[in-house]
Amino acid sequence: MEPLTWTGSLAFLNPILQGLLVLLAIAILLWLVASILLPEGSTKTNADGTLSLSGGPRGLATAGVNYSFMAVAGIVVIYLVLGIFMGTGAGIAGAIAQQLVPVWISLVLLYSASIAFKRKLGLYGKLYDSPIGMIGFGLVMFWVFTGVYGAMDLIVTHDALSQVSGMKNKVPGTPMRGATEEDFQWYLLGGDNLARDVFSRLIKGAWVVVQIAPLAAIFAFMVGITLGLPAGYYGGRLDTILSFAANLILAFPVILLFYLLVTPEIIAAGVPNYMATVLFIFPIIFIGVLLNSRYYTRPKLRNPLLTCVLGVAIWLYLSLVSNGGYLVEAPTYKIPGLPAFADLFDIPGGILVVFVSVVFVNSPTVFRIVRGLAMDIKTRDYVAAAQTRGEGPWYIMLWEILPNARGPLIVDFCLRIGYTTILLGTLGFFGLGLPPESPDWGSTINDGRKLLSIYLHPALPPAFALLTLVLGLNLLADGLREESLKD
Amino acid sequence: MGLFILRRSGVMLLTALCLTFIVFTLTNLYPNLEKLAKTQGNFRMSDEAVESWLDKNGYIGSMPVKYGQWLGVVPGWTYTDDEGMVTGRCIRGSVTAEEAANATSLCGIIQGNWGKSTVFKEDVSGIISKRLGNTGYLMMWVMIVMVPSALIIGILAGMREGSAMDRSLSTVSIVTTATPEYVSGVIFIAVFTSSTVGLKWFKGTATSAMDNPTFENFTLPVITIALYGMGYIARMTRASMTEVMTAQYIRTARLKGVSFHNIVLKHALRNALIAPFTVIMLQIPWLLNGVVIVETLFNYKGFGWVLVQAAGNNDIDLLLAVSVVSVVVVLFTQLISDIGYVYLNPRIRIS
Repeated sequence: MEPLTWTGSLAFLNPILQGLLVLLAIAILLWLVASILLPEGSTKTNADGTLSLSGGPRGLATAGVNYSFMAVAGIVVIYLVLGIFMGTGAGIAGAIAQQLVPVWISLVLLYSASIAFKRKLGLYGKLYDSPIGMIGFGLVMFWVFTGVYGAMDLIVTHDALSQVSGMKNKVPGTPMRGATEEDFQWYLLGGDNLARDVFSRLIKGAWVVVQIAPLAAIFAFMVGITLGLPAGYYGGRLDTILSFAANLILAFPVILLFYLLVTPEIIAAGVPNYMATVLFIFPIIFIGVLLNSRYYTRPKLRNPLLTCVLGVAIWLYLSLVSNGGYLVEAPTYKIPGLPAFADLFDIPGGILVVFVSVVFVNSPTVFRIVRGLAMDIKTRDYVAAAQTRGEGPWYIMLWEILPNARGPLIVDFCLRIGYTTILLGTLGFFGLGLPPESPDWGSTINDGRKLLSIYLHPALPPAFALLTLVLGLNLLADGLREESLKD
Repeated sequence: MGLFILRRSGVMLLTALCLTFIVFTLTNLYPNLEKLAKTQGNFRMSDEAVESWLDKNGYIGSMPVKYGQWLGVVPGWTYTDDEGMVTGRCIRGSVTAEEAANATSLCGIIQGNWGKSTVFKEDVSGIISKRLGNTGYLMMWVMIVMVPSALIIGILAGMREGSAMDRSLSTVSIVTTATPEYVSGVIFIAVFTSSTVGLKWFKGTATSAMDNPTFENFTLPVITIALYGMGYIARMTRASMTEVMTAQYIRTARLKGVSFHNIVLKHALRNALIAPFTVIMLQIPWLLNGVVIVETLFNYKGFGWVLVQAAGNNDIDLLLAVSVVSVVVVLFTQLISDIGYVYLNPRIRIS
């Protein structure tokens, strides 16, 4: 087997791409200079009464940027499309494009469906009016699909944990030594320090993030909302105590907190299990109060509804916090939990610990945001109206204040998933929590950085993956903020 | 104002006490102590040997009492061995009973005794002050690079909302906030130091920068930390600048015929810089995180490196000192940002 080059038989396109990239850079530079030096284009009134901006040199510069950007994007699309059909014939880029076919199909389906129905989809549909939001959402969904399909073993080329002798630190595109007929014949992004396939580990690492980050953000929001709303609404002593506790956690340097919570000795003492038991109660409280405050005047509907919902929620909660029949299983003592036969799923120990500490670190910030919003919104007229007609405080908090605070909360939710991703990377970077062979991006970066001056390929792909995912989330948050401010 | 500072100082003290107690409790959990005993003694110690080692070194006892000893409000522990020699928290080495009776009984951080590091076998106060000096130097350069560039980016982006300049600079600041230190650091090392790319402009480690910081070995750590904080400050400055630029008095100045750069420099700038001041102050604790990552990445032995060493080896006294220092930094910057905000913005008065 021949080693693969980056673009294979599409190499004739490379000079074109380079030329276009240089052109784009020049165009952006001209555009910037023009925007500083030249006066704004004057408006002229057309015969039919509409206004239009006259072109001028500034318009020319803008057009230049647009066209050269479109040309670069076009070339990239050509690489992708040809790569999908030619596979390894189009080099590493082509092979990766072909491996990612399920992701491309899902993205195309998602985008075409969403754009077709965007007027009926509320805030989500409006996202498709803002190019920044669309790019951000595209990046995020790319990694989500990659993670999900990666977990279903659709994309990965090799086992993320198996080591193949002779593949240690091999450069991207090296043919796999001793590959049989069924094996994928190359290490697309090379081999790492322990001769594992970098590409497959990258894809598996996406699954770790996609699994933990959004869920952790949701839990942090549940905790923050359940505590922040009463703190902001009631104020007084409750607010003082809760704010003090939140500031206490925020005063810890995050890394010190991680070191204190995630070391094996603390895990052996069962501290994360206790924290999981406490933190995961909040969603149940949240759901229970949410439904009860709305339907308590209609007991006939409320009683069965609450029984069903809470029953399922508590069952899930117990399955989540108990492992192998025990809530806490320290060497010296045990606290029994849900018996193993009723346990729906077991979270692997490392993931639970990481999850708990990330939720714990994030919730005080959410608490402060929610508290601030609640303090602002409780002075509005519609809250006074609700108070006058005799609604209970929890109804006002959850059904009057919370829906009206959704704009900033949704934006913060996106940013928080990004921040959680960064935190997960930090944990991996310090080798905390997740098992050492885990393919998550932080651990991979940490493994790869030690040999960085000689081999770039093990550390850089996860670094860029993390960068693009967080960037996508930030852009998505920006797009959402822009669109929600419009109305 | 005096009352406000007094109250804030009280809250600060309470926070520091609660926080150190939490750290103290977590580090003194039995599995942690067992690990400490085994690393200090030997790894094949039996359970009884661990017990006796802990007893000999004053780790047995109830949590509040031990915490009181560390604070210096409860007399320090003493241990008399079979030969009548006494060791203790306030005693250096082992001495006879008479000498031990003469030693002071209280010695905690109130008396200025920060304890001894079990990893470095040195006094904690010495380690902390030396490493803090290294980190202080790093932070100084980070601030010198980060603050002016963030403010300039924010002001240039915010003075004409929606212009080409605004859009490109905003994109830059979003990209930098999306790049955590361990990503940008790795990319910088790869691009500027590795033999594969071949630029070799800088050095990939900052170990030599502790004695002799030069442009070559100190640039990458500074840039790496500065870049992540910069985007956030720049975005806040931009937001505050755009808000000021739509204010009534700016419109009045424009209608009066004041030139654009005079509007920006003389009218808008001063009001636009109030909010970023708070943000910069509150950003300092976040920089602490970056410092830990960057010092690990570039092997620069400062405060963050000590934190990792202390936490990794469960060095109780050192870890407590590290948390005291970081809590003081966090709360002190909060206090300064509050006071500065009132001072800069005469519309706000603390009642």
